[in-house]
Amino acid sequence: MDLIVEGIKKAFFLIFTLDTEVLGITLLSLKVSGLATLISLVIGISVGTAVALSRFPGRQIVVSLINTGMGLPPVVVGLFVMIFLWRNGPLGFLEILYTPTAIILAQAVIATPIVTGITLAAIQHLPANLRLQILALGATRLQMVWILVKEARLPLLAAVMAGFGGVISEVGASIMVGGNIKGYSRVLTTATVMETSRGNFDIAIALGIILLILSFLINATLTQIQQRERPR
Amino acid sequence: MTHETCPPLLLRVEDLQVRRGGVSVLDIPALAIHSGQTLALIGPNGTGKSTLLLTLACLLKPFQGRIFFGEREIDARQGDFHYRRHVAMVFQEPLLFDATVFDNVASGLRIRGVGRAEIERTVPGYLELFGIGPLARRSARKLSGGEAQRTSLARAFVTKPKIVFLDEPFSSLDPPTREGLIGDLERILYQTHTTAVMATHDQTEALRLADRMAVMNEGRIVQIGPVTEVMNRPADGFVASFVGVETVLAGRVLRISDGVFAAAVEGGEIQAVGHVRTGEGVLCCIRPEHVTLSTNAPLSGSSARNVFSGTIRKITPLGLFFRVRLDCGFDLVAYVTRQSVESLALEEGKSVVASFKATSVHVIPRKTSSTA
Amino acid sequence: MKRFLKTRCMVVITAMVFLMGMALPASAAGPERKNLILATTTSTQDSGLLDVLIQIFEKKTGYFVKTIAVGSGQAMAMGQKGEADVLLVHSPDAEKKFIAEGSGRNRLIVMHNDFVVVGPSADPAAIKGAKSTPEAFKKIAAAGALFLSRGDNSGTYAKEKGIWKMAGINPEGQKWYQQTGLGMGQTLNVAGEKKGYTLADRGTWLALQKNLGLPILKEGDPILLNVYHVIAVNPAKWPKVNTGGAKTFSDFLVSAETQGVIKTFGVQKYGGALFFPDAGRKEEELGK
Repeated sequence: MDLIVEGIKKAFFLIFTLDTEVLGITLLSLKVSGLATLISLVIGISVGTAVALSRFPGRQIVVSLINTGMGLPPVVVGLFVMIFLWRNGPLGFLEILYTPTAIILAQAVIATPIVTGITLAAIQHLPANLRLQILALGATRLQMVWILVKEARLPLLAAVMAGFGGVISEVGASIMVGGNIKGYSRVLTTATVMETSRGNFDIAIALGIILLILSFLINATLTQIQQRERPR
Repeated sequence: MTHETCPPLLLRVEDLQVRRGGVSVLDIPALAIHSGQTLALIGPNGTGKSTLLLTLACLLKPFQGRIFFGEREIDARQGDFHYRRHVAMVFQEPLLFDATVFDNVASGLRIRGVGRAEIERTVPGYLELFGIGPLARRSARKLSGGEAQRTSLARAFVTKPKIVFLDEPFSSLDPPTREGLIGDLERILYQTHTTAVMATHDQTEALRLADRMAVMNEGRIVQIGPVTEVMNRPADGFVASFVGVETVLAGRVLRISDGVFAAAVEGGEIQAVGHVRTGEGVLCCIRPEHVTLSTNAPLSGSSARNVFSGTIRKITPLGLFFRVRLDCGFDLVAYVTRQSVESLALEEGKSVVASFKATSVHVIPRKTSSTA
Repeated sequence: MKRFLKTRCMVVITAMVFLMGMALPASAAGPERKNLILATTTSTQDSGLLDVLIQIFEKKTGYFVKTIAVGSGQAMAMGQKGEADVLLVHSPDAEKKFIAEGSGRNRLIVMHNDFVVVGPSADPAAIKGAKSTPEAFKKIAAAGALFLSRGDNSGTYAKEKGIWKMAGINPEGQKWYQQTGLGMGQTLNVAGEKKGYTLADRGTWLALQKNLGLPILKEGDPILLNVYHVIAVNPAKWPKVNTGGAKTFSDFLVSAETQGVIKTFGVQKYGGALFFPDAGRKEEELGK
């Protein structure tokens, strides 16, 4: 138990002294996961909305794929992304293996199905005739899609939190494609694993606590926005 | 129909067909909607009323057919965007956005790119018109059913549409709310001279709001014409059973005395009871079972104020009783028992006297002057 | 009021995007020529020695070294696929095969440390007096005492397997033999928690011994020597390999200066050296 107390003390020490290495790791975590979430939002909301609003042969299969993708094991994603990014792999010429860019890529692949699936469900959940009502108000197809997305903004905020939460806490893929290189591709989760395996439990706990605080702050802000608009 | 007041043709349909899963759900060889008039689509559920509205509003792709808006043909296949900007539709559910009442009503304007200043100028007027002025800042989630539907209507009208399509807009409201809303809508349609096509399964709504009525059955229009004509002369058994068999006469209030008023109808005067004003237009509805027939003037003890002599045009057996249509200067329908038919020796061409009480006339005030 | 919220959201989002945009170009990989992928073992990284050496190397040569710490087995697999430029590993038999099959060349000895057999202070299998390590292992098997194995592709596990073989025992599947599949530090922790025996490299044990409660019960046996070699991946097979970088790094590791750093590493912190520099010597000479 005192190990945890040690960890908590260490956490606050590292935070208040703005330890450069920890600061760097934290900032990198934020940037990488933030960008990955952003990418997943752009792709996920567009694809989710498109599938929700259209009818085409094989749609059922596509929806099943999306729902399966929501539960994709991150470590499996990491493995496949790594194989693709290998020097001698199909995308090797990009030379992004063992860089933060690779982590962003892997995390985006993990988060996108989550955002897509939630968006799909959210848009489908809107009243069936709402689409027609919006068109009846003289909207173009594009305006209609935009208005529908706005109407579904509460569950979409949940999608943002789900996507972000999924990747900020991810470690398997991040290690595989990022390489956990000091000062370069080391993020909070991968650093925690490394410190644990080295036996530096106090540092590991400290990093874990910092990750929790970070995650909590971000989710608290998003939740506040979401709940402010809660229906009666 | 009085041809001298026939308004210009606004919407015209040719050979319209809609299919769902290969099956024809709508088949309209021809339909014309005149400017400034309200057309009611009436019929049982699932008979194609909503489908027709959606197709006319260019929200549903027809299998075949042409729709003309004024002189121009609408590109129904592409969801003609320019046409959609000139019409509006209100559904049975209010389908409001998750925003304030003001923002909801303004949404049609915002979609058209109208500037904020002009929105601020225009919207409040429509809020007042629909009786939701004080609710401007309220969230749409906190409205009652009636308030929500008023908002939906205001949202539709604010863009000054040429035609408003209404799909059973009052069905999900309770009777008192419905009453208030129908009255307001009637007034607004009249004041703004908006053309409307409304689907309903409530005959009274049709009587109150519509100039013309189309009865639909299984995707087809089985009868279309002025409201009084469809009500008085149902084309077939189906129409008759659906619209309810009443004599409906359009008239104008001449004078009022002692709570009883006299209305001039085509071919005579009717005495009835109701809250009317002199000069006002009314529809007088007389149920056939309230009409008594006799071969000479009624006995002096009767309190029936309406006595007319007329000629029997047609007698139709309806099981236990007979349906007798008379010509008293206007068409009047009466139900008579078999016994009476025999004892009065009723037959086509015979002259009889028909009478009914002033109190059994169901009065519906009508603002519009064109009740033809 | 609503507009204020919208503006605030816009500001936050823009700030975030800006921050991220700024961050990434700076941390993007350096110019292509100057990247070097070093595949090495977790124990090497866990000891902290690499952090020190890499820092010196990068400053000296301007190379950007990407240290990928996995087990010796995986490191060599990466080398076989041409996904690494240079390897620093400690699994001699596998290394020899690696060279023989032409995947690597220029195998140079760098340093050594040794393994130790640690276990609960009560020493239920009584291995303390054992004459050799295989004998100690035999005693553990005979007593059915709990033994934690890494059971991964690491050099440590390779060494452990070799000792079991020499003892003529197959521990696989036995109830007292548990494989963690984890790194050295974690395996030591598990052994400490469960009060079991395990084979560990001295460096990692020294780093953790304070909280472990696992004293050294057998050491010094020549078998327990753990020799580290640096191997350059053969460019003949994989043209994309950074040969120049690999050579520079190998030369750096065996240079007198670096060897000096290796010699003094950890002395202050742990009271003893963790690694012993061996550049230029032959493997057979060690331990004598």
